[in-house]
Amino acid sequence: MKQGSAAVAFFALLAATALAQGIADPRRSGFDDMGTALQAIQRDDFSNPAALWLAEGESAWNRQAGSAGKSCADCHGGPENMRGVAARYPAYDTMLGRVVNLDGKIEDCRIRRQKADPLPHESRARVALEAFVARQSRGLPIVPPDEPNVGAAAAAGSALFTRRMGQLDLSCAQCHEQRAGQRLAGSIIPQGHPTGYPVYRSEWQSVGTLQRRLRNCMIGVRAEAFAYGSPEFVALEAFLMRRAAGMTIETPAVRP
Amino acid sequence: MAAPLVNAPKRVRRGEVFEVRTLISHPMETGFRPGTNGTIIPRDIIEHVRCRFAGETVLDMALSPAVSANPYLVFYVRADAGGALEMEWTGDKGFSASYSTAIVVE
Amino acid sequence: MNVGCTRRAFAGGFAVALLPLAANATPETMREAIREVTGDRAVRGGRIVLDIQPLIDNGNTVPMRVRVESAMTDGDRVTALHVFNEKNPQPHVLSVRFGPRAGRAEIATRIKLADTQKVVAVAEMSDGSLWTAGIDVIVTIAACIEGLE
Repeated sequence: MKQGSAAVAFFALLAATALAQGIADPRRSGFDDMGTALQAIQRDDFSNPAALWLAEGESAWNRQAGSAGKSCADCHGGPENMRGVAARYPAYDTMLGRVVNLDGKIEDCRIRRQKADPLPHESRARVALEAFVARQSRGLPIVPPDEPNVGAAAAAGSALFTRRMGQLDLSCAQCHEQRAGQRLAGSIIPQGHPTGYPVYRSEWQSVGTLQRRLRNCMIGVRAEAFAYGSPEFVALEAFLMRRAAGMTIETPAVRP
Repeated sequence: MAAPLVNAPKRVRRGEVFEVRTLISHPMETGFRPGTNGTIIPRDIIEHVRCRFAGETVLDMALSPAVSANPYLVFYVRADAGGALEMEWTGDKGFSASYSTAIVVE
Repeated sequence: MNVGCTRRAFAGGFAVALLPLAANATPETMREAIREVTGDRAVRGGRIVLDIQPLIDNGNTVPMRVRVESAMTDGDRVTALHVFNEKNPQPHVLSVRFGPRAGRAEIATRIKLADTQKVVAVAEMSDGSLWTAGIDVIVTIAACIEGLE
């Protein structure tokens, strides 16, 4: 816990010092570390295959669902009203009495407000709607809420980030902090900032959430992956968003 | 599955060559990959993309499993006369999708 | 290094998940596939611009643009354009037949490359001539290898 808070403070200090001295922020988006071919796809909205998911998400936004017969738009209006929302999640939800990520909040709306059946984690419809909502915040800086429950989640996430796990006995930090910028086989190890989720990942050939990416990493180190929507993943997400505070949302990003 | 996305101009000048960009949701499963249970996932690809403009062929493309998932295709059409730009995708497991839009030639 | 395993074990643990599974095409099978198109006719280098970034970080999504120099008029047309590869499971990538409404003999798409290899394009012209171009592409992560989820 202590180490976690220290890591957050360290990154915040680095960023603040860099800004004060007019030095470039040492934090790098995964965008900066990937090849020019994929960068070109992300820069061009129509060539980004995530456009297919955004189109589905937009339909879902306007389509009534559940026994309440309401669409997202019926309550929230146009998608432009979602601008900035993805930049501040995970957040503490007073109705639920816990910290939720954006996916969890949308699903809560679906069940409680629309009175619809839950969608399976990582299903196309669920990912598409989250991508569409998060897309509205593209270009905005990440601004994690200064709230004690979120703070506690981020501290727990920081502890997980530095905890060794799996048969390879590796922590997130050993790759994505201590060895970020070095190579794993031919690929540059990114700093692991969650600036572009949901992302179109070439490896998946589809759009997926941050939790899917975290599960891939855990499977990679031969750890038993946390469940989708688990408090552990929400905590890691809260930590990663604080660590990336001020960085720009890219959703839907493209990654190798 | 989402409808195909097609990006083409609504109006073009006679004789002009215009660009068409298309994206469609499809796994383009190669037939060479094992699933989580170790058995090979059967091939499931789009085999053909066809485009006609004003009733005549622009192109007919045969795809292999080496074309990426969610196929992206950019090509060029000559606007000698106005008409419908018609696209058709067909493939394994009876896959079929189509798109049509009118383009005015002035 | 304060990591509790060696660099080799570290890389090796990931490599287990990355074993290629299918028997692959070879430069010979690619040449045979090309011969099915060209027969014994002469194939000349040139007239084709085959554009792929030389260094690709994931073989599942490799942007490719192919352009054949041609007026695309009745007297000078590209009738077909074929793309082949050396080391995927199969040598064919795609074949395009251009019709009378084609404005240019040019396409852009995205392909999968299972390994570092050569990609070859062959164009058939309306006068019966054949043209070819090839490009070497380095792939740092191959396509189609992550079966785990």
